[in-house]
Amino acid sequence: MANLYPGRKRRNAIWTVLAYAATAFGLLWLGLILGALIWNGVGGLSLDVFTKMTAPPGVVGGLLNSIVGSLIVTAIGLAISAPLGILAGTYLAEYGRYGKLANVIRFVNDILLSAPSIVVGLFVYQFCVVPFGHFSALAGGVALAVISTPIIVRTTEDMLSLVPNTLREAASSLGMPRSLVIQQVAYRAVRSGLITGILLAIARMTGETAPLIFTELGNSLFTADPTGPMSSLPLIIYEFARSPYPEQQKLAWTGALIVTAAVLSLSIFARVMSAQRGAGK
Amino acid sequence: MTATSMPVTMSKTAPMDRAQALGRLKFADSSFRVMTLGAALVVLALLVGVAVSLFIGAWPAFSHFGIGFLFSDSWSPPKERFGAAAAIYGTVVTAIIAMVIGVPVGMGIAVFLTELCPPTLRRPIGIAIELLAGIPSIIYGIWGVYYFKPFMQAYLQPFLISTLGAIPGVGALFAGPPLGYGIFTAGLVLAVMILPFVTAISRDVFETVPTVLKEAAYGVGATTFEVVGSIVIPYTRVGVIGGVMLALGRALGETMAVTFVIGNATHISTSILSQGTTISAMIANQFADADPGLFTSSLLALGFILFIITFLVLAAARFMLSRLEVKAGR
Repeated sequence: MANLYPGRKRRNAIWTVLAYAATAFGLLWLGLILGALIWNGVGGLSLDVFTKMTAPPGVVGGLLNSIVGSLIVTAIGLAISAPLGILAGTYLAEYGRYGKLANVIRFVNDILLSAPSIVVGLFVYQFCVVPFGHFSALAGGVALAVISTPIIVRTTEDMLSLVPNTLREAASSLGMPRSLVIQQVAYRAVRSGLITGILLAIARMTGETAPLIFTELGNSLFTADPTGPMSSLPLIIYEFARSPYPEQQKLAWTGALIVTAAVLSLSIFARVMSAQRGAGK
Repeated sequence: MTATSMPVTMSKTAPMDRAQALGRLKFADSSFRVMTLGAALVVLALLVGVAVSLFIGAWPAFSHFGIGFLFSDSWSPPKERFGAAAAIYGTVVTAIIAMVIGVPVGMGIAVFLTELCPPTLRRPIGIAIELLAGIPSIIYGIWGVYYFKPFMQAYLQPFLISTLGAIPGVGALFAGPPLGYGIFTAGLVLAVMILPFVTAISRDVFETVPTVLKEAAYGVGATTFEVVGSIVIPYTRVGVIGGVMLALGRALGETMAVTFVIGNATHISTSILSQGTTISAMIANQFADADPGLFTSSLLALGFILFIITFLVLAAARFMLSRLEVKAGR
């Protein structure tokens, strides 16, 4: 009988090396992208970035209106998606559970979770921009809400289904109606989980660009009026990164660094919170 | 539990009639139920709303061009002649390039994390790969245009043109000048973007393999590669395919990164090194300049096509993943 051992060992070694190489490849990209962001972005960080408006080429400008605009639009998005997502997630985990309707909604939510954001943008354009005849930060907020709601629905449902049934039964046996069992017992038990979902939703909304092109449009002036077009960090990165002027390109990198730092720290923070929860169990 | 957070209905109605208090409680109870049901129905309505509103917006283009809209590659705003073929072609080709590169590498990382990685490094490396998924698409775009595009132009594309481009037949795919921008560049950037999704899902499904199965294989002397190839992957095949489809859905709909590096040429070329466009890049790039009427409607029609394609892919992905969940639940 032929000795199979050296061949098997060799094949194993080759595949092991390939798996290591794949991991190195993935980490290399992360390093390259973060490195480029820090290399190009840190130099542009100054007080001006946070105190001055975006400016035409030749004038020293900052990103104040874009940063404020991003915060406002994200706040609008969250004000819609957080209650909507938590309530819908509650229905799936508490009332619907194994019902047919709940299964359909769960499926639809999963589709929305990975639906292309540009399609969502077009939908909101049809729904919130065309009828009113103009672009607005409100429409941008609605678009972000459509994108972030599925995230909150998903985490809320996942978290609530971790609550032991004995806890619910104990509360019910004291005579609490179902809604109070959910609000006073189940929500309390998963509070950190709900916050994790909201943080992930904020992280997703912060970096989202495509749907804002057709809804919020962008604005070079400072405005806090949500019924008009408003500037936003991702939009200004999109605009300035393609600009021929070095000072605008520099601001684009600085904006990119700010957005990435915000998104990554939010998602790391969310992960740490859910990890602590997991360890505490 | 603090006094203020106790049910308001109870403490307020205590001196009142018991039946009245119970009535209020019942009302609050059922209205909460209705509210959650309403929110869940809104989620359902969103998906229906996306489909219906895009279809309404796309109707003028569909009725004007008919089925030919799908097969025409002319895109000429001044002549008001629009066709989706170039955009669909670019979308499919970039997604194929992304899958061919991203799936094996993503699965390789998942194998590394579940089978090979020292336990102390598992968490940090896992988080690092997940961070790759957290980086917003526009950041990939700006990075791609400032760093990756020049790299492609100076090194990888000339190399491909002089090697693969010289082979008769296949060479046509790698012909043309090294522009940096193009379908191939966009496909590579997409590959990196879908990596973390493939890794995350492969890792999740690999972990559903019962340890006894793996230990039994190791026990009869199988190597790590043999355990992965003969036990882990066959056991999780459906889930891995589901995860791959999910990543495909992402690749098809990705917008900002692609818009930056694909070159936005609205015609089909045989060479994958040449400039092209995708459905999402076309919409992002042209929507601002589009006149209301047939132009805007054609862009909405593209959006509707993209929605249908991704819906089918994602639905298939979910179907496969749910089959694995049933299996794991047993």
